Amino acid sequence: MVRLEPRAEISPAMRWLTPVFAVILTVAAGAILFAAMGYDPVRSLRAFFIAPVSSAYGLAELGVKATPLILIAVGLAVGFRAGVWNIGAEGQLTLGALAGGYVGLLFWGQEGWYILPSMMVAGILGGMAWAAIPAFLKAKFDVNEILVSLMLTYVGLLLLSALIYGPLKSPEGFGFPESRMFSPAAQLPNILAGTRLHLGAVITGVIVLVVWLLMSRTLFGFQVTVIGQAPAAARFAGFSRSRMIWTSLLMGGGLAGLAGLFEVAGPIGQIVPVISPGYGFTAIIVAFLGRLHPLGCVLAGLLVALSYLGGENAQITVGMPQAVTGVFQGMLLFFLLASDVLVRYRLRLGNPAVAGGR
Amino acid sequence: MATPRLTLTGIRKAYPGVLANDDVDLTVHEGEIHALLGENGAGKSTLVKIIYGVLAPDAGEIRWNGRPVTIASPNAARQLGIGMVFQHFSLFEALSVLENVALGMDGEKNWKALARRITEVSHAYGLPLDPEREVHELSVGERQRIEIVRCLLQNPELLIMDEPTSVLTPQEVDRLFLTLRQLAAEGVSILYISHKLHEIKALCDAATIMRGGKVVAHCDPAVETARSMATLMVGSNFAPAEKPAKRLKRAPRFQVNGLDLKTTDAFGTSLQDVTFEVRAGEVFGIAGVAGNGQSELLAALSGERRVEAEAIIIDGNRAGRLGPRDRRALGLAYIPEERNGHAAIPDLTLSENGLLSAFDRRALATNGIIRYARATSFAAEVIERFSVKATGAEARASSLSGGNLQKFVVGREILQAPNVLIAAQPTWGVDAGAAAAIHQALLDLAAHGVAVLVVSQDLDELLALTDRLAVINGGRLSRPLVTAEATLEEIGLLMGGLHDLPDAVPAVETESVAAHG
Repeated sequence: MVRLEPRAEISPAMRWLTPVFAVILTVAAGAILFAAMGYDPVRSLRAFFIAPVSSAYGLAELGVKATPLILIAVGLAVGFRAGVWNIGAEGQLTLGALAGGYVGLLFWGQEGWYILPSMMVAGILGGMAWAAIPAFLKAKFDVNEILVSLMLTYVGLLLLSALIYGPLKSPEGFGFPESRMFSPAAQLPNILAGTRLHLGAVITGVIVLVVWLLMSRTLFGFQVTVIGQAPAAARFAGFSRSRMIWTSLLMGGGLAGLAGLFEVAGPIGQIVPVISPGYGFTAIIVAFLGRLHPLGCVLAGLLVALSYLGGENAQITVGMPQAVTGVFQGMLLFFLLASDVLVRYRLRLGNPAVAGGR
Repeated sequence: MATPRLTLTGIRKAYPGVLANDDVDLTVHEGEIHALLGENGAGKSTLVKIIYGVLAPDAGEIRWNGRPVTIASPNAARQLGIGMVFQHFSLFEALSVLENVALGMDGEKNWKALARRITEVSHAYGLPLDPEREVHELSVGERQRIEIVRCLLQNPELLIMDEPTSVLTPQEVDRLFLTLRQLAAEGVSILYISHKLHEIKALCDAATIMRGGKVVAHCDPAVETARSMATLMVGSNFAPAEKPAKRLKRAPRFQVNGLDLKTTDAFGTSLQDVTFEVRAGEVFGIAGVAGNGQSELLAALSGERRVEAEAIIIDGNRAGRLGPRDRRALGLAYIPEERNGHAAIPDLTLSENGLLSAFDRRALATNGIIRYARATSFAAEVIERFSVKATGAEARASSLSGGNLQKFVVGREILQAPNVLIAAQPTWGVDAGAAAAIHQALLDLAAHGVAVLVVSQDLDELLALTDRLAVINGGRLSRPLVTAEATLEEIGLLMGGLHDLPDAVPAVETESVAAHG
C-alpha cells in the first residue's frame, strides 16, 4: 500500500524549484506522447518550443500572447493569496472587452488622445462590474465565489454573442457578426515595427511592478498574506475579510477587463465573437506556476504563451492536432501540483496499521 | 464479586513534555455507571482514547472481562463490545438518520432491516428516532440519539459517554439519564465522563477522580458531597501567592455591562448578561471549565465580534461596536489563547508577527507603507526585553518553542503600552520558566496602573495572580470573589455549576470588595 506522509520541514528552495521540475517533466512526457503518436519527438519538440521564438517576430508574438496571461494572472494571484478563488477571469475579460470596445465604437471616426485612456477605464470598470457580483454575494451571503464567478463567465460569453449578433454588428460588415474596426485613435500603437507587439505590453510591465511593490511593501500586501494564511490571526489584527473579498475580486476583475480591452484594441482591432482563446482560465495556471508572485507570473506567462505559439506551430509544421496546446497546459499544471504534493509529503510504502506505529 | 467488566492497571502515557496518564487504575463493573471526573487537562481524554483503541498506552494492563487484551484500534474496541459517544458528533447533515447509521456499520447493507432495528432500539430505550429524517432537521439532542443508537445496535457491554450533557437542554438531560439507567439495569457498563458534579451525584454508582494525569481518588458519589468531590478535582495544594501588599484601587478602566452574545458555533455557549469591571492596577480573573462561553466572551472583549456600544467601555469610551484596530487605539491589548494561527502566524518571521498587532501603536506602518526597519527593531526589542530564545527578528515563529513564542506574544502586547490587557490562558502549554516570566510581566504591568484581565482554566494561576476573580459557567458570570478570601470549594462548586444546589456555599461577601475600593 502506498501512503502520503507529511514532511516535518518543507524546503523553501524546493518550493521555487517545483515549477522547474514541472517544466522538465512536461517536456519529457511530451516527447513520449509525440513518439507514441508516431511523430519524431525531437522534431516535434523543436517545432513546439524552439522554432516559434527563433525570430524577432516570434519573440514579439510571444509578448502579444503573454501580455493578457500575465496581466490577468497578477490580479488573480492577489486574490488566491488571500484565499479568494476568482475562477471567472474569462468572463471579466469579456465584459472588459465589451465595455472598453463599446467606448471605442462611440468614438468611431474621431481622433483625440483621450480615446484610448477612456477605453482602458471602461475596460477596467467592465471587468470590475462582472467581478462585483461574486464579491457582493460572497461578502454578504457567503455564497461560493468559485461557482458564481465561473458561471458568470458563460453568461458573459453569451452576452458578447447577443450584442455582436445584434446592436454591435457592423452596418458595413455584410452580416458578419463583427463590430466596425476601431479608428486608429482607438487602437493601441505598436511598439515594435513590423510586429503586433503593442503598448499594452508596456502597461502590463508597469502594473506588474506596482503590484509587486503593493504586495511586498504595503500593509495591504501584508493583510493579503495574513488573511490567506491565518484567518483567525487576521481577525485578531483587525483586518476585514469582507473588504479583502471586495478588493481582491475587483482587482482581479479590473485587470482581466483591461486585458480584454488590450485584446480588442490591440491585435484584434474590433469586437469579434471570440475574443480570447481561454486566457482567463489559462491565467489560473500561470498564477500558480508563478507561485502567486508577480515576477513569477511574468516567467510563467511567457512559458505558457510559448505553449500557445508552439501548439500553433506544431499544427502547421508537423501536422499535430490543435488539442496539443491544451494537453501541454494540462500536463504542466498536473506536474506542478504533483511536485507540490511531493514537496509537502513523502511517499511511504507499507501498511499504515503496521508501519504507522503510534 | 463477579469479574469486573474492565480493569485498567498502571496505565501510563507520556507525550513530549507531559505525562498525560501516570499509573492510572480503573475498574468498571457490569451494569455500573462509573464517573470519570476531572478538570480539563487532567488526563481523562487520554485514558478514554486508550480504552477505545485510539491511543496505545506506554505501560500498563487492560483486562476485559478478566482477560488481558490489547486494543489496537476503535474497530477492535467495537468488536470487544466497547462503544463510544463522542462529545462532537460525526454526522453528515445532508444524509438521513438511516444513511448515517449505515455508514458507521461494517458491511450491514440491508436497509429495510436496519431501519426496522433503528426504530426498535430507539423506542426500546426511549430515544425515538425516525430513520428517514435528514440530520440537518434534527436538534442537537436528537443528533446525539443517532450516535447512541449507532452504538447500541452493536450490543455493547461498555458504553463510553464523553461529556454527553454539555450540548443538551435540562429536559434532554433527564431523558438521557433514564436511558442510561435502563441500559445499566440490563447489565451494560457505562463510563461517564464529566466535570458536572450534580450530574454525577444524580447518576453514577462510582467515581474515579483524576488530576494532573493521576488518579487522586476512587469514591462513591452517593456518600461524597459535591463539595468534597470539587476539592478532590481541583486539588488543595495551593497557598495564596505573595502579591504586592496594597495595590492602588482606582477607577475602573475596563467595564463590561450586561453583555449578551449569541454563539455562532454549534457547540458554543451564548453569553447572558455578563457584567464586571477591572480597575486600574488590578488583576481580575475569570475561571471556568472550557466551553462555558470563554471563546465567545474573548471574541466580544477583543472586538473580533461586535456587540452593543455600551456593553464594553474602555477608559470611559464606549467600545462595543469597534473592531480590534479601533479598540487597540483606545489602549486595549489582547493575548489570545491559541498561539499558532491566532496570536501569531507560524510561517511568518518574528518581525512580521510583531507587525501583526503593533503596526498602529508602534507606527510600524505609516500611510499604508510598512517600515521594515522599524518592524525588525521592534521585534528585536521584544526578544531582548522578554528574553525570548530565538535566532533573531527574522526567525520564523514556527522555529520557536511554545514558551518562547508565548513570551514573544506577551511582550509584543506589553511593549505597546496598553491601558487594558486581556490575556487568555497566558501560560497554556508553556514551560515553568516561561510561565513564571509571563506571570511576573503581568503583575508588573498591573503595578503600573494597567487593568489586567486573565481568563484561564488554571486555578492555581488565577489564585497566584488575581486580586478578584469570577467564574463563568454556561455563559453566565458569577459575582466576583475576593481572591484572598475565596476558598477552593467555593470556586470548584461555581465551576461545576452548583449556584443553586442545597449543598452549595453561598457566594462570598462581595461587599468586602467595595470596602477595599
